[in-house]
Amino acid sequence: MNRYTILVYTENFIGILNRITIIFTRRGINIDALTASESRLDGIHKITIEVTVTPEQIIHLVKQIDKIVDVIKTYHFTDSEVVYQEIALYKLPTESLDPGLEKVIRQFNAHIIAAEKEFVVIEFTGHKEDTQALLEILKPFNLLEFSRSGRVAIAKPKFSVQEYLNNQT
Amino acid sequence: MIRGADIVVKSLIAENSEYIFGYPGGAIMPVYDALYDYSDQIKHVLTRHEQGAIHAAQGYARVSGKVGVVLVTSGPGATNLITGLADAQIDSTPLVCITGQVAAHLLGSDAFQETDVVGLSMPGTKWNIQVRKVEDIAPAIAKAFHIARTGRPGPVLVDITKNAQVEFGDFNYVPCLGVRSYRPYVTIDKKAILDAASLINEAKKPYLLFGQGVVLAKAEAELRAFLDKTGIPAACTLLGSGALPQDHPMYVGKLGMHGNYAPNLLTNQCDVLIAVGMRFDDRVTGDLKRYAKQAKVIHLELDPAEIDKNVKATVAIQGDCKDSLSQLTEAVKPSFHPEWMKRFRELENEEKKAVYANDLHGTHGGLHMGEVIRLINQFKEDDAILVTDVGQHQMIAWRYFDFKQTRTQVTSGGLGTMGFALPAALGAQLHDYNRQVICVVGDGGIQMTIQELGTIMQTKAPVKVVLLNNNYLGMVRQWQQLFFDKRYSFTELENPDFIKIAEAYSFKATKVTDRDELESAVAEMLLHKGPYFLEVVVEKEDNVFPMIATGCSVEEVRLS
Ligand SMILES: Cc1ncc(C[n+]2csc(CCOP(=O)(O)OP(=O)(O)O)c2C)c(N)n1
Ligand SMILES: [Mg+2]
Repeated sequence: MNRYTILVYTENFIGILNRITIIFTRRGINIDALTASESRLDGIHKITIEVTVTPEQIIHLVKQIDKIVDVIKTYHFTDSEVVYQEIALYKLPTESLDPGLEKVIRQFNAHIIAAEKEFVVIEFTGHKEDTQALLEILKPFNLLEFSRSGRVAIAKPKFSVQEYLNNQT
Repeated sequence: MIRGADIVVKSLIAENSEYIFGYPGGAIMPVYDALYDYSDQIKHVLTRHEQGAIHAAQGYARVSGKVGVVLVTSGPGATNLITGLADAQIDSTPLVCITGQVAAHLLGSDAFQETDVVGLSMPGTKWNIQVRKVEDIAPAIAKAFHIARTGRPGPVLVDITKNAQVEFGDFNYVPCLGVRSYRPYVTIDKKAILDAASLINEAKKPYLLFGQGVVLAKAEAELRAFLDKTGIPAACTLLGSGALPQDHPMYVGKLGMHGNYAPNLLTNQCDVLIAVGMRFDDRVTGDLKRYAKQAKVIHLELDPAEIDKNVKATVAIQGDCKDSLSQLTEAVKPSFHPEWMKRFRELENEEKKAVYANDLHGTHGGLHMGEVIRLINQFKEDDAILVTDVGQHQMIAWRYFDFKQTRTQVTSGGLGTMGFALPAALGAQLHDYNRQVICVVGDGGIQMTIQELGTIMQTKAPVKVVLLNNNYLGMVRQWQQLFFDKRYSFTELENPDFIKIAEAYSFKATKVTDRDELESAVAEMLLHKGPYFLEVVVEKEDNVFPMIATGCSVEEVRLS
């Protein structure tokens, strides 16, 4: 089993996310994380899916996704072929903010992005291993809440959805 | 400006639709009201159940090669389509299904007969859409037809809210010529053609398998030209039957769980396996781990998702097999393989002795299903269409029916939907009243859609219904006998008087129980001008052989 990032470029069509996710559910495959956003191209959406499967399964999944009428193009990459990040937010009681905690924040290059009377929110961006490591450290500081995004990714290999669309015959 | 409902009907007419198979209800009433004015331009067939409507549309689509059209209401009308959608999806049948929906402002409020049909039908459609505004109706229908019939065909659903049907809008039908995110065809890779040709040129025991892809691509002539040049033995899948006439010298028989002996067995002895427009279904391959492991595999297939899905291809030729077959025919050397072909014929004779003799020529005891099919062959026209349901009768009819032309078989292959045959036969017959449509059905399956006898009555479609009555859910009983110690758990049926039912629906009906009455009854049926219902009481506990049991390899095909 390997970790893969699937990048799906789609029309902005109602129901497209459902059509994609049922491909995974039907095969009993768990989606590790999923992020949907606009792409660089007007009107084209980019869906980033993180999944842990075998090399045979990833090819099968990508073909099934690519078969969806409103999907423009689907790519898949191993972790080493993408630059990716996840953002994590940590909520802590304001009274936990002591020199020890401040040191941790500096070490991780994390930021306090909200400071209220009762609580502070720390933001930290990185790979899952990093945000997870910070999570473990912050737990003893009476961590109140934690939230982590799915990955956003940019592929290293060169490809162009625009070019693909232009080559339409 | 015209009403949305008129736009729906005019769009279907613009697509040259001949028939609508449907059933009315609240959320689609404006369209039904509009239909009233267009009966000179498009025919509507009122079935007795929405499942009947979609199976009829499938039958129509399969024999005509055109898109079948279905029109139903929201809620239960729409949910009754689900079996047919799944069936059409797995058997690549082009359909456009239009469902009514509650008004847009009621969506999500659990309004009367509101159901999320777009969500429900998603896994069973090639594409679907909900239309909530009048101006979106015609473009959605145009796109639906384009998607349904191009590439690998399939069912498409358009859900139209009631407000859109009653709003007024301009009508200017623009057929859809392409969708930028959807590329149904690709140019054939020349290198793949050359690679495949060199494998074929060097092969000692090449073997070709063809499926419905040949029919869908209208590549029957190209297949024949390839076989004529190469002399390669060719076998068909269930849905490929008819793509090559069975008297063609290279035709060696049928594949699969109840296919022929040689075609299954010799799959594991060929050196190059050429698969054309087929998807290596598990009913064809048996145990994949022991399937054609010795062979180099060449796969000609339009749908990239089918390539390497079940069987890894040595050379994959993606694209329409009408193109790839003709290019391949040009690239290969003429050849012939008499020794290898002889092997098929030897095993065919073994099967004839062990199986055909008894199946086709009973002398005492109950009638066999095969005897009925043999007599049908004797009296049928060359272009007669066989429509079958699902079960033992389906396998026997398929095994013994003499397929002479393409698009002469309609059956539920991938889904195995009992209840498919009767409505599908109606749809097939409506495409051409002058052709013989023979609907072979079991006593179990006919009762799943028996109400469609009423639609046949009303349309006067001269369908010939052949009920092979063994008083059992025969195929399940066969498995119980072979694999569950003869524990016949809930497979015996107490059946009604089918003749009375058929007569109540104005069919001419005959019941045959004796061997010496059968021939004249079959002859009479096939000469009869109108709908005919022939019930043949057959042996209760006959089994279908050859058989590849679940989990077995193709080479473990058994003759008894
Ligand atoms: C809708 C549906 N339900 C259940 C089955 C499982 N099944 C396959 S064949 C069969 C028996 C069919 O009996 P009958 O129609 O009498 O045909 P026979 O096998 O006796 O020729 C059953 C129950 C099915 N294929 N479809
Ligand atoms: Mg039966």
